[in-house]
Order: sequence, then C-alpha cells, then structure tokens
Amino acid sequence: MVARVQIQTQNFNLCDEVEALRANDPSVGAVASFVGLVRDRNDGLDVSAMELEHYPGMTERAIEAMIEEAHRRFDIRGARVIHRVGLLLPMDQIVLVAVSSSHRGTAFQACEFIMDFLKTQAPFWKKEQTPEGARWVDARVSDDAAAARWGLTQINTAA
Amino acid sequence: MNLNIRYFASIREALGPSQQVEVAAGTTLGALRDHLIASSAAHAAALERGCALRCAVNQTICAESAVIPDGAEVAFFPPVTGG
Repeated sequence: MVARVQIQTQNFNLCDEVEALRANDPSVGAVASFVGLVRDRNDGLDVSAMELEHYPGMTERAIEAMIEEAHRRFDIRGARVIHRVGLLLPMDQIVLVAVSSSHRGTAFQACEFIMDFLKTQAPFWKKEQTPEGARWVDARVSDDAAAARWGLTQINTAA
Repeated sequence: MNLNIRYFASIREALGPSQQVEVAAGTTLGALRDHLIASSAAHAAALERGCALRCAVNQTICAESAVIPDGAEVAFFPPVTGG
C-alpha cells in the first residue's frame, strides 16, 4: 500500500497519485484533489524563489493525525497528502491533497478539511526571496478562520 | 532533568537548530520559555512574550501550561505557513 503522507523534495504527478489512491477499489465514485502552487507574488512583492522547511517526524505525524480525523468525520475511502520541501520556484507544485470517496460531497469536504487543517497545524515554514531580500512568510488570520469553520480551535497566529 | 530543545524557521536562524538544557523536574513549557528568555539577549529577542510562538513536546503542539516529561524533545517555532 502507498504511504498516505509523503514529505519530499521531488515533484509529484497528480494523475499517478489519483490512480494509486483509487486503485482496486470499485466503491470509489469520486476523487477530489487540491494542488497548491508557488505564486510569483505575495504581500505586495515579487517572489523569485521559496525555501520550505519542516520538522521531520512531527510533520508526518501531524498530517497522519489529520487524515485519521478526516476518516472519523467523513465517510471517505482514502486520502493522500504529498508536501514538498526545499527550494521551489514560481509555478512549482507545493502540496497535494487527494481524497477518494463513494460520493463527491464527502470527497470535496474532506479534501478542504485536510487542507485547512494542514495550513494551520502542520509544521512547515516558507521563506521567500524578494527584490527586498529574503523574508519568512507570515501566517494568515484568514487561514485560522478557515480552520475554525471545522471546529478546529488551535489558533496558529495567536501570540 | 535534561531536555533537548529544537528550533525551527526564524527562531532556528536566531538560536541555532538545537540545544540541551537542564531544568527542574515538573517544569512547564511556559517556565522553560521564561528560563530560556533569561539565558541570553538572543533568546530574549527570539522567544519574547507577545510574539506569536508555537511549542511542541515530543512532537505534539502543547499549551504553555503543559508539564514537560523527563527527557522530552521540546520545540519552539513560529506560526506555521505550509500548504
């Protein structure tokens, strides 16, 4: 069986991942996926590159727990998360969340749930290169608000 | 008790990736933070009260009221920004 969570420097292929997620499971009627990409602009400045750091061990454990929670909350068949680390450039893929389910509603919901959870609770940090130098990306209050819709109460941006 | 403390992102840049600290048994995360703040100007700046900081004990995010078990791996890091 393919690992549910993978942290890696190399790129991924959406089609391959969806194929693997739904392989040999004729009860799957829907797959929802989200791919996050590096933008060339953030908070008013051009971004030429991005360095992604994580906490090896904790990051995988945290995302595994998020997938477990998605299985508890939604009637889904499977889920897969890939998150890249290291040096990334604009237009590069950063993250994949894919969820398989019998019906589309739970697939959409669980995919968004995992992504909102990941944005506020998985230990990753982005440092971007701009014309004004390198800077650490600030956490967004809007991401906390998105997580709160699911009843997730740990506030990432709290002092 | 001896603790292994790890730092990430901007805090790692300020304080290095890790350090060993000796504290009394039963120390809470918040008390450890205060202990570190008092240890150097660099620690005081990186871990100062009022700045957003997350802490983990044995790779689970914890509140500052959490009592640290003996030999635990403790981590301090800024709010997360993945995805």
